Amino acid sequence: MSMGTDQRDLEPSGFRLKVQEAFQLQPVLVPLYAILLSFIVGGILIALIGVNPFEAYWALLRGMFGSKDNIAASVARSVPFMGSALALAFAFRAGLFNIGAEGQLLVGGVTAAWVGTWAWMTDTPAIIAIPIILLAGAFGGFMWGWVPGILRAKTGAHEVISTIMLNSIALFLVRWIVNSRDPVILRDLEASVPRTEAISDTAELPTIIDSQPPLHWGLFVMLGVCFLIAFVLKRTTFGFETITVGTNPHAARYAGMSVDRIIILAMAISGACAGIAAASEVSGTNQLFQPGTFALIGFDGIAVALLARANPIGIIPSALLWGSLLSGAPLMQQEADVSIDVVRIIQSMVLLFVAADAIVRYIFRVRGEAEAHIKASTTGWAGQ
Amino acid sequence: MAGDDERIPVLDVRGVTKTFPGVIANEDVDLVLHEGEIHCLLGENGAGKSTLMNVVFGLYQPDKGSIRVRGEQVQFTGVGDAIDHGIGMVHQHFQLIPVFTVAENVILGNELTNGPFLDINEARRRIIELEDKYGLAVDPDAKVGDLSVGEQQRVEVIKALFREAEILILDEPTAVLTPGEVDEFFGVVRSLVDQGKSIIFITHKLREVLAVADRITVLRNGKVAGTADPSTATQKSLANLMVGREVVFQVAKGDAHPGDPVIKITGLRVEDVRGARTVNGLSVEVRAGEIFGVAGVEGNGQRELVEAVTGMRPKIGGTVEILGQDATKMSPRQITELGTGHIPEDRNKHGVVGAYSIADNLILNRYFKPPFARRWLRNEAAIASEAEELVAQFDVRTPGIHVAVDNLSGGNQQKVIVARELTGDVKALVVAQPTRGLDVGSIEFIHNAIIALRDKGVGVLLVSAELDEILSLSDRIGVLYRGRLVGTFDGADATREELGYLMATGAAPESEEAAS
Repeated sequence: MSMGTDQRDLEPSGFRLKVQEAFQLQPVLVPLYAILLSFIVGGILIALIGVNPFEAYWALLRGMFGSKDNIAASVARSVPFMGSALALAFAFRAGLFNIGAEGQLLVGGVTAAWVGTWAWMTDTPAIIAIPIILLAGAFGGFMWGWVPGILRAKTGAHEVISTIMLNSIALFLVRWIVNSRDPVILRDLEASVPRTEAISDTAELPTIIDSQPPLHWGLFVMLGVCFLIAFVLKRTTFGFETITVGTNPHAARYAGMSVDRIIILAMAISGACAGIAAASEVSGTNQLFQPGTFALIGFDGIAVALLARANPIGIIPSALLWGSLLSGAPLMQQEADVSIDVVRIIQSMVLLFVAADAIVRYIFRVRGEAEAHIKASTTGWAGQ
Repeated sequence: MAGDDERIPVLDVRGVTKTFPGVIANEDVDLVLHEGEIHCLLGENGAGKSTLMNVVFGLYQPDKGSIRVRGEQVQFTGVGDAIDHGIGMVHQHFQLIPVFTVAENVILGNELTNGPFLDINEARRRIIELEDKYGLAVDPDAKVGDLSVGEQQRVEVIKALFREAEILILDEPTAVLTPGEVDEFFGVVRSLVDQGKSIIFITHKLREVLAVADRITVLRNGKVAGTADPSTATQKSLANLMVGREVVFQVAKGDAHPGDPVIKITGLRVEDVRGARTVNGLSVEVRAGEIFGVAGVEGNGQRELVEAVTGMRPKIGGTVEILGQDATKMSPRQITELGTGHIPEDRNKHGVVGAYSIADNLILNRYFKPPFARRWLRNEAAIASEAEELVAQFDVRTPGIHVAVDNLSGGNQQKVIVARELTGDVKALVVAQPTRGLDVGSIEFIHNAIIALRDKGVGVLLVSAELDEILSLSDRIGVLYRGRLVGTFDGADATREELGYLMATGAAPESEEAAS
């Protein structure tokens, strides 16, 4: 009989309920404080190199939101992170640590571009062509997530290892597809850099604001996917199964759920989230596929998702923050002479403080325990 | 004032109050322990026994009150202080390292050194000395992982004695032991007090209290509910003190009216996780309207039997028929859908998803069926109304149906599982350790629920390590020994002694064998 049981049994349980209600703020509190703390430490860093941190941050802020174009660019930069973060978050709810968004984006992107360059797409109206290219991207990502899912379910191969390997395989595979001149696979032979030919005009997502990068309808696509995933998790029986497998796979099996099936599907759906984000980029931003444009989007998605505590709705502000910081950083470099790398450092610190939340809780006197599943991800391999 | 006699007590706890945020775990508790005495601390789970002992052992500091050891006022800031004052504790969950030998475990944290080296020989010598003195037979060179549970417990006792403990706190020491080992352990406890040690014995088993105690203190809701003298107390009077109301001891149970077999197991062979064949050619028939109890020392194949019958573990051989259908290769879901309920042995691992609400846990095995689901969508209204109904019907003590099950007491968690598994169209029920670690009130409730189901014509396969539970519930009893049923008894005729002997040896006593 442990102390824990003693306390539990004695209290009228209503107390704990009230405490839990009070803690509802908590999931937001820790990330917010982590961001604040990171900027303080970043500011010290900037001051150390002899720059006024307030000036630097002011430049950063204007770079992020200083004009209509800057705001549009910030939002545009954020859109792909929503997909790559969902790729982590959905698998995460099934107890899996999918760090393969990088590869899932590439495969989704190249599939979308390939489908977008099909000859008959030019004769297809946009209302059909756009869904086709998005679904193509989702399908590519789905398959690239399905592979580690089935490996995990059927052979026990850990998804962390297999997704890392599949990232490499995807990277070199799409490079070869886009590079190769003999045979020509998807390379645009006219172009000086390796890339695919441009997709059909009809498959392009319409631009909203012609910023750099352009803000296009991909924003609404990815917002829709975030809400759809939230709905699936919260309201459907499949979502219930997914979270049960993620929280207690033994109980899930005992309750008659097919744990293998859920694992495979969760990984595949995660991949599809990344794939659709890649398709939105191919279709809305570049109108072609170039592997380099996806570099680090998958890995940053891990950070975005963890900052949002794997909550699909929370991913939206989290991605916006991430994208805006990256979008605003060049102005800080121009005006205050502070390297873009400082923003990268601040971003990394945010995640570090979210992971080591004890630091944040100590400094800002935030009470309570970390959510178990978040703790597991940042201290071990997704609770393995 | 030192209790009812003149001696200075070895341990004198006065007015101890210990609160945790929002919870009063101990309130104004007094406890007096005299030299050479066995003082039983009795109480239900959550009564505050462990908190009190953790205060005495220096793990917690009391908010109020005082502790005196041999008349000297003490203030412990940690376990080290308590050990220095001659207090030792044997925890319910052993704190041993399986890959180390007995001697290595004993000196852990108290290493004898000879220069920079461990002096294991000196340690061995002292361990053997202690073993001889107190009758604690364990090989000091054996690896702890190879020892039986009873032997491991002796290692824990040796550990405390090695640190020169005069006061030993034993936290639910018999919970893990077989009936035979319990008797043996009582022998050790007596030899300890004979040699002048003083013992605080924490338990919630009434029979044991009356067997060993010199003095009894009963805790209820963190307060002393009363003290009792074992020569005048009865199980009933102690239970009433413990629960705070009249407790009906004997489960009221009418005659069984068995019908057709609902679970028919033939020649079942199952392997455990390590590939050892733990169920080896077991056959049994459980009929509708009867409770078939499987008695046995833990580790004789109980877990694998239950998991194989409920579809959680593949079978190596043999067949399982449920309600006339071949269920040998069925999945857990298929078996549930046949009309089988399953109360699992490991409540937290299999029975509930702790982070989920009561409502979600109550539909864990039928969330996909109407009315709880409309095609792909959850029907929150139906889920909530089912939860309200079952919470009321099964007397789950909770402020609401959306409370996470983790926040409930063990008894209430088990009621949630029982509510889920016993409702619906259940015709067969597989029950494993249904009342492990529960308080008297919850045990009573769950036993009655199982019997009510039997009376409605459900066939129940009951597996329990508690012989009392098997005896009071079962209509027929089989003894499981090394993966086989070695004897079947009529529930009314079986005796503790008979079953205990068969559980330990796998064969009936020789004299009887000769006679028959």
